[in-house]
This record gives sequence, C-alpha cells and structure tokens, in this order.
Amino acid sequence: MLRDKSITVENLTVAYDGTPVLLDADLEFEKGKITAVIGPNGAGKSTLLNAMLDFIKPLTGQVHYYLDDKKFTYQDIKQRLAYVPQKASVDWTFPTDALDVVLMGRYGHLKTGQRPGKKDRQIAKGKLNQVGMLNFSDRQISQLSGGQRQRVFLARALAQESDIIILDEPLAGVDVTTEKVLMNLLRQEAEQGKTILAVHHDLNTITNYFDDVVFLNRQVYAYGSVEDVFTPQNIEKTYQQNRQEAEASLIEEESGKAMDV
Amino acid sequence: MSLVLEIILVAIAVSLSCSVLGVFLVLRGSTMVSDAITHTVLLGIVVSFFIVQDLRSPWLIIGASLVGVFTVWAIEALKNTGLVDQDASIGIVFPLLFSIAIILLTRYAGDVHLDIDAVFMGQLGFTIFDRVIIGGVDIGPGAFWSALIIFLLNSGFIAYFYKELKVSTFDPNYARSIGISTTFIYYALMTLVSITSVGAFEAVGSILVVGFMVGPALTAYLLTDRLIHMIGVTLLVSVFNAAAGVSLAYSLNLSYAGVIAFFTGIVAVTAFIFSPKKGALRGWVNRRRQKN
Repeated sequence: MLRDKSITVENLTVAYDGTPVLLDADLEFEKGKITAVIGPNGAGKSTLLNAMLDFIKPLTGQVHYYLDDKKFTYQDIKQRLAYVPQKASVDWTFPTDALDVVLMGRYGHLKTGQRPGKKDRQIAKGKLNQVGMLNFSDRQISQLSGGQRQRVFLARALAQESDIIILDEPLAGVDVTTEKVLMNLLRQEAEQGKTILAVHHDLNTITNYFDDVVFLNRQVYAYGSVEDVFTPQNIEKTYQQNRQEAEASLIEEESGKAMDV
Repeated sequence: MSLVLEIILVAIAVSLSCSVLGVFLVLRGSTMVSDAITHTVLLGIVVSFFIVQDLRSPWLIIGASLVGVFTVWAIEALKNTGLVDQDASIGIVFPLLFSIAIILLTRYAGDVHLDIDAVFMGQLGFTIFDRVIIGGVDIGPGAFWSALIIFLLNSGFIAYFYKELKVSTFDPNYARSIGISTTFIYYALMTLVSITSVGAFEAVGSILVVGFMVGPALTAYLLTDRLIHMIGVTLLVSVFNAAAGVSLAYSLNLSYAGVIAFFTGIVAVTAFIFSPKKGALRGWVNRRRQKN
C-alpha cells in the first residue's frame, strides 16, 4: 500500500508478565516521511519502539528494515539508526557538558578503546550549531532547560549520520521555539530521504509537522497519511477504548470496596 | 623506610584501587550493590579456603569473584521478578550470604587467622610485616603491591571501556541502541568490585572498603562537573583521606581503619555543605535570594 517502505512491522505482539500490551501490530513506515505514533497513555507506543529496537523480545512477529533495497534486521543496521530516548530516562545530573553528549553520537562509529577524534569533534560542533546550541557547548547538562536538553539530544542523533531516526516523545515539555527548530531539522532530514518516526502526544500539532500517523492503543486502529486517516472518527475510536476501560476498572474497584465492607 | 610511611603507602594503594571504581558506582547509584558485594565475597573466601586450605591461594580471589558476581545476579533476578524493589532485594541477598560466611567462619575456622574482627576492621598495621622479597631484595609490603596491581587493572579497564562506561551510565537505553552491551559493562564492573574487595579485605576490612569506594567519589562528584575531572579529584581525595587518616591514627594510637573512615566521612560532608556549585549552603543561599 505505501511505496518506498523503510521499516515493516509484522504481527508484532508484546506482553509483560503475560498481559499483552501490543497486539498483532502490522505497520509500514515510509522513507522520506515523518511519522507520528499516537495514542493514549499506556497504549504501548514506547513498547512498539522498544520492540523495534530489540530492547524487548516480542512474543510473536518481526521487524525488518530496508536500506539500499536490501532487507535487514535491527542487529544488522544498528549503526545506521539513531534513537532519541525520552528525556526522563537519562541521568541529567551526570557530570558532562552539551558537546560531550553530542559526541556520544559518534561512539557507534568508533571501536572499543578508541577515543573520538578531531573529525568527530567537528561533526558534533556542527550539529550543535544546527540546533542553535553552539554557545552552550561547555554548559553542564544539569544547567540546561527542557527544550535545550531536547535540542542536545537531537544533535546527538544527527551526529550519528544515520538513515533512520526514532524518537520517543521528542516534543514533550519543550517550548514552542524549540518545537519548531526540532521539527524543521527533522523535515530537512526527511527531505534527504531519511525515515523519521516519533512517538507523539499532542494531537493539535499532528497536521503541522507530520506526514503519516499511526493510531495505536494496544492494537493498531489506523495508519496512513495524515490527510487520509487523521479523522475525528479514528481519534475517537483510539481514545474511546481507554475511557471505557477506565470506567470499567473504576466500577470494579468500587464494587471491590463495597465487598470489603 | 619508616614504619608509618609504609602503612601510609599501603593505605593509599588500597584506597586508590577502590575509589577509582567508586566513581562509576556513585554515578550509577549502585553503591549499595557494591556494599553487598564487599561483604558477600567473604563467603567465597571462606569456602575456597576450606577447599584449598591456604590463605594465599589465588583460588580465594576466584571463589570470591564468583560469589560477587552471583550476588549481583541474585539481586537482579530477585528485582526482575517485580515482587521487590532493588533495595529490598539487596536486603535479602546480602545478609543471607554474609551470615552463611560468618557461621562457617566461627564454627569451623576458629583456629585460622581469619577472624571476624579482621573481616570488619582489617589489620592495616600488620600488613607491612608481610614482605615481598625478590632476589634477596626487600621491595616492600605485599599488600602494597597487590593493591597497586588491582589499581592498575581497574584503571586499565576504565581507560579501555571509557566511552562504554560513560554512555551506559549516563543513558543506558541509548547505549543499547548503538550496540553497547550494558549488561556486560555492569557485570564486568561488579566483577572488578569483587576482586578489589578481596584485595582490600585483609588490609582494611569490609567497612572501610565501602568507605573507600563511596567517599572519595562522592566528594569529587560534589566538586566537579566533568567526568574526567571527577576521576582526577576522586584519586586526590582518596590519597589525602588515606594519608591523613593513617598519620592521625598513628600519632594518637587509634585504629587506622577507624580514623580513615572518619576522615572520609568528614571530607565528604564538608564537600556536601561547602561545594561552590552543588553544596547545601549554595542551595540555601540561592533559595534565600529567590525569596527576596
């Protein structure tokens, strides 16, 4: 259905302690496009990314990557994929500065025991400049604002010079200016034929920044171009499920309390 | 060489061997895991000793390292069941293994030079009587040389895996995404903690091993904001604590391990209060300013 596919997800099911959090997901992500993965809290958005990155082993299903018209697994193309974790998953009190964090983007290209060289330093500085943070190169990371941290993270991903960029909530808690800077840079990358995939939470900005969208709430409710599938019906369907379940569990809880008495 | 100078050198070498690893333990928040290891390795030492009947056998280090790694594995496995948190998991594994070691020690090794006082407090003062003599030349206390070798081993590990250690401590998910095995790094680090504890055990005892691992690194963490500076300051503080502690204990005729531990605590608390950037006083002043 989509042309020029870059990543395919087939029959992907992931469970934690026997409870499925992602059910039989089938997806295709396209080259040169920015795709948003949206859905309510606990919908399995991060789980989808984690399974795509081999952090967790799925119960069933496969993920394949297509580069230079060849089919790969994640392990084969690790070095050609850049991942931007959630800001919260990082120790921001770690003694290091902005340039040093961006230099980490070069680590995947270096051998064990090898230190980043002049060329790596130049690339890192160039990327810091692109995100408008060159003046903050030697700023201790704990002194950076939320938006600045996210810029540094994006610079690190760009420093990897990868073909695919996967981001977990890149726009959570960042200011509007940063949001524009980040999305403009990602747009430039997409225009060079890269595949961009982001977990996203803000439905209001989907039409501004994204080409494609995936509706996820444990299962895939819809996916395709924003034009075709970003409809009130799909939003309703995806977010509805949760509300019903929340109500059901609330009723259960209350009846449980009644039983206790 | 004078007696006290030799004791100081042994203390410095042991302190360096522990504190260089401590940098990463403090940054990862795994100091309690290392505390558990420094105690449970005793089980490895005791069991290996029963088998080989020789306190100087390298099998003691191997046995201790195996128990150290087992400790880490057991803590992780228990935590991963989702039934208990990491601290509770440490609280189950560490006393269990340590108490087995103590029972074995008191019940079956009463006549051996491996008593409980030595386990907790060490015998720094006595280490200098155990000399290394090569070709008839006395080159100093064995404890000094073994600690120095362990220090070089630890430093070599950190130098070689510097990037991997750094990124897997700062951002473990990202580290995995670029193909770094965070599990390997973690277990390698903890294996070194085990080996280091065994090496340091005899000289300074299990309490001070933890002090050496945590104190200088924590002090340096409060005073610096670059990893490489933190390592440098850790080593300096570590030398200072050991030297000042032994000197004071010698002149007042107090326990070496006790006074070094005291110094380690005082220096860390001073840094905690007065650190120019991260100190409690700074934080208090900043809050006052914001209010006014």
